[in-house]
Amino acid sequence: MDAGLLSSVVTVIFFVLFVAIMVWAFYGGNKKKFEDAGNLPFQEDAEESRKPD
Amino acid sequence: MEATYNYKVVRQFAIMTIVWGIVGMLVGVILAAQLIWPTMTEALGPLAPYLSYGRIRPLHTNAVIFAFGGSALFATSLYVVQRTCQARVLSDGLASFVFWGWQLVILLAAVTLPMGLTSSKEYAELEWPIDILIAVVWVAYGVLFFGTVMKRKTQHIYVANWFFGAYIVTIALLHIVNSAELPVTLTKSYSAYAGVHDAMVQWWYGHNAVGFFLTTAFLGMMYYFIPKQAGRPIFSYRLSIVHFWALNFIYMWAGPHHLMYTALPDWAQSLGMVFSLMLLAPSWGGMMNGILTLSGAWHKLRTDPILKFLITAMSFYGMSTFEGPMMSVKTVNALSHYTEWTIGHVHSGALGWVAMISIGSLYHLIPRLFGREEMFSVKLINTHFWMSTIGVVLYIAALWIAGVAQGLMWRATNSDGTLTYSFAQSVNAMYPFYAIRLIGGTLFFAGMLLMAYNVWKTIAAGKAVNDARIPQAVAA
Repeated sequence: MDAGLLSSVVTVIFFVLFVAIMVWAFYGGNKKKFEDAGNLPFQEDAEESRKPD
Repeated sequence: MEATYNYKVVRQFAIMTIVWGIVGMLVGVILAAQLIWPTMTEALGPLAPYLSYGRIRPLHTNAVIFAFGGSALFATSLYVVQRTCQARVLSDGLASFVFWGWQLVILLAAVTLPMGLTSSKEYAELEWPIDILIAVVWVAYGVLFFGTVMKRKTQHIYVANWFFGAYIVTIALLHIVNSAELPVTLTKSYSAYAGVHDAMVQWWYGHNAVGFFLTTAFLGMMYYFIPKQAGRPIFSYRLSIVHFWALNFIYMWAGPHHLMYTALPDWAQSLGMVFSLMLLAPSWGGMMNGILTLSGAWHKLRTDPILKFLITAMSFYGMSTFEGPMMSVKTVNALSHYTEWTIGHVHSGALGWVAMISIGSLYHLIPRLFGREEMFSVKLINTHFWMSTIGVVLYIAALWIAGVAQGLMWRATNSDGTLTYSFAQSVNAMYPFYAIRLIGGTLFFAGMLLMAYNVWKTIAAGKAVNDARIPQAVAA
């Protein structure tokens, strides 16, 4: 396998991988999961303020 | 003990961020003055060589990038990873080692660079014993960070940690590969690479130091502190995922744009240009994600100077990530390269984006680390904001004009093919712009002093928080 073919193959693999990541990110079934993740910085405060000291 | 966060290491790095920011920017102000009055430090007699331009220029870049920016990143990444993973750092001892190790690196840099000891690779000037120390401290930092992620109690790893994680892994890789060198004596080494390969490795390192140290890592800061300060989650978490992967896939290949019209093969130059142009998409996607987090709450921008810092930083991020790809276009680069325009571009990113997002994040962080509701004076934050903004704008506008003028003067020819201007004439044309740059830079520096005062008063009125409790119940 020469260097040209190798870099073509790697480029195609990276491209397919990136498209797969896009699909994963925008797949409807994952919407809720990602929304929850986006709230992580606030979960800490909610938990803390609920705690009696 | 186990149920609390380690704020000590965050506090140490946060304080040192301000200290090194002041030191690094002061050196910058001295350099800006030297460009106007080249002999100003000669009055120091035997001390003069240690303050000559060529020696303190790398001192300035190392101090602001690795001491100021680095400390800001250690402070925020270790705070964010603990808070969003709801876990104490992996090891308190390792955290102390990372802090003191990094301070030792900075100290050694501050001693060796003015002595003229340098490997002469830009942003990687430090000699081999220090390079080894950096590698050891960095690996310890990686273990500390990823160890904390692994013991997290939350199910998901928050996106800010992805950005911090990518930065830690990439910087280790870049530093170790680019610093491969053959030691001759304790203070002298030669690069393991030769000729154009050395240049390409150096700028693969150099550009990714910009990409992963000065961009990816500070985006980690953005993804935590903007939502926190705005009181609302990031505009689109899904966009942040695409932003993350797109940056990682593309950034690695943009380095050749530092070597346009050199001995680097033409195809590599074009490749660097194409990848640099593609970078515009994820950069602006990320910028919009940060700024639009405020949609529906724009009024907060009017009253909260910390948000002003954070959002203005995003605007400068957008501006400099538009300017960068444009400058990587070969025909533009033919005009801009080796001129002051490049310096202007760097400072639009370094002061406007990196410093302002760090300053905003620190203003959010300091009161929490010292048990206060807010900073000693919110009014002073606002004053600091305007000093910084006006300072950056003066700085970059002056150098844009200076750079374009310089580029045009260098390439101007008479009808018989001779050069219209001598080099000295182009230097002479720079004076007014250098003066404006000095004023802008001094203003930004003075803002840092104001910040130090505000932080000092906040700490004096507060008490170090060592008992910040980790929430017990975990929501999936």
